[in-house]
Amino acid sequence: MAVDENTVRRVAHLARIALPEDRLAPMAAEINGILAWIDQLNEVDVEGVAPMTSVVAAKLPLREDVVTDGGDARKVLANAPKTEDGFFVVPKVVE
Amino acid sequence: MSDLTKLTLADALDALAAKKVSSVELTDAFLAAIDKANPHLNAYVVVTHKKARKMAAESDARRAKGKAGRLDGAPLGIKDLFCTEGVRSTACSAVLGDFTPTYESTVTANLWRDGAVMLGKLNMDEFAMGSSNETSAFGPVTNPWRSSGSNAKLTPGGSSGGSASATAAYLCLAATATDTGGSIRQPASFTGTVGIKPTYGRCSRWGIVAFASSLDQAGPIAKTVKDAAIMLTSMCGHDAKDSTSLNVETPDFTKAVGRSVKGLKIGVPKEYRVDGMPAEIDALWEQGIAQLKDAGCEIVPVSLPHTKYALPAYYIIAPAEASSNLARYDGMRFGARKAGKDLTETYEATRAAGFGKEVQRRILIGTYVLSAGYYDAYYLRAQKVRSRIAEDFTNVFDKVDAILTPTAPSAAFALGEKAGDPVQMYLNDIFTVTTNLAGLPGISVPAGLDAKGLPLGLQVIGRALDEETVFAVASALEKAAGFTAKPGVWW
Repeated sequence: MAVDENTVRRVAHLARIALPEDRLAPMAAEINGILAWIDQLNEVDVEGVAPMTSVVAAKLPLREDVVTDGGDARKVLANAPKTEDGFFVVPKVVE
Repeated sequence: MSDLTKLTLADALDALAAKKVSSVELTDAFLAAIDKANPHLNAYVVVTHKKARKMAAESDARRAKGKAGRLDGAPLGIKDLFCTEGVRSTACSAVLGDFTPTYESTVTANLWRDGAVMLGKLNMDEFAMGSSNETSAFGPVTNPWRSSGSNAKLTPGGSSGGSASATAAYLCLAATATDTGGSIRQPASFTGTVGIKPTYGRCSRWGIVAFASSLDQAGPIAKTVKDAAIMLTSMCGHDAKDSTSLNVETPDFTKAVGRSVKGLKIGVPKEYRVDGMPAEIDALWEQGIAQLKDAGCEIVPVSLPHTKYALPAYYIIAPAEASSNLARYDGMRFGARKAGKDLTETYEATRAAGFGKEVQRRILIGTYVLSAGYYDAYYLRAQKVRSRIAEDFTNVFDKVDAILTPTAPSAAFALGEKAGDPVQMYLNDIFTVTTNLAGLPGISVPAGLDAKGLPLGLQVIGRALDEETVFAVASALEKAAGFTAKPGVWW
């Protein structure tokens, strides 16, 4: 098995998703099923092939380094779960 | 006029221009149809009655002054993946809570610029991850089509299930949709509608909730090829706010509809004849080949040797990009927050409660294939295979002008039928995902019915930025197939 419960626990923590203990084994099985199917990619000869990093052969455009937007804190905060005095309120980060 | 909701977009625009109908009348007819049908079909997750009537009245006023735009007064449905200012936009995920954007996506802004009217937001698979609309936080959409002699609820496909169902069930003139692996074309095939994914970069992705940024493209689902061309002409255009948006002119795609296909070379790839494909789909494909031959096309057998590796490569690349894109949903700046004992636990609880099962699975796979020690074996290899797949198309397009394939390996299936097996569900996109990986345009056109009376589509794939040939071939198929079947109204 490529992926065991410990790996799922570690990956879930990396992804910041709380996965209950009883979901670890089923999730490992599901992921292994998918990875087993994906393993057929090993049949492809990719010797000397460059990885595709851009779908269209276009150069990323550059623009002047100037402010083009902003200055509306009200809009930025409009969907925040918690705000106070024009700031986001988040759980305590520093003890 | 008898039933306004049955009009095509082109006919509705003609009727509006001839002042045979007002946008307010048209919009009211659609709102009434939605109110009646939606409890049965669940195609809309938000119906914007008030906004629709206001936009319609404004359109009528513009038209009275002789200032009507290309889509003026046409009531449309908008997939919930598009951010719409002042209207809840959640990508059908609980993690976004009641997120109400303070801005408008570029594609929808283009539609409103041309005078269109918004009827509401359409249901979809959560974050566009699914092929049956069953992963939506708002429940599945029902296909208006039923197998003959059965009342079983069928899927409209996904992820743009709401867009396809609403268009097929006369709940909008046309709809916006998006396609990352087949999410426009497979639902179009399942509902007897037309859906096109344009070349990557034609439509701005700005303001569309991101799933896999190198694959995501917007496009329309419509009743006819011409309607799809009208929609796409308005949706496309360069946008400085999306760095991958192509700075090219948008042609008037409607001019390509009905254009002669005489002398065009049409490729038929042998790798798309897969094991276990129903004989009916094969027969339909043969019929499409014969129809294009009759229309003067030259049929050329071609080979796309890496086709079978497209889906496995996609299921590394798409989850990898998704795991990165979806990192933003942390419950701090927007969306629903679930408190834990500290910051990390708050993140973990928020994301566990907010993301559905399929989305969690894909984030975990994406995180895994990008993690230290696995990146080269999975992600880098998949990106190399992607180059191979794109190369296959480059080679074939040296010899042909367009490629004809089936759209999906089956007709619409029952809700719940494939929900337990992710790989079976993924196989729905076997014929569509290749064009996302290569960035090419692809359209699905309804071509016939299977033995159970369900619609089946054919796909036309074109060269990058050659949507015009795609539209020309699609309209030749549409004309030859004479597909006029409609679902019986039971809702």
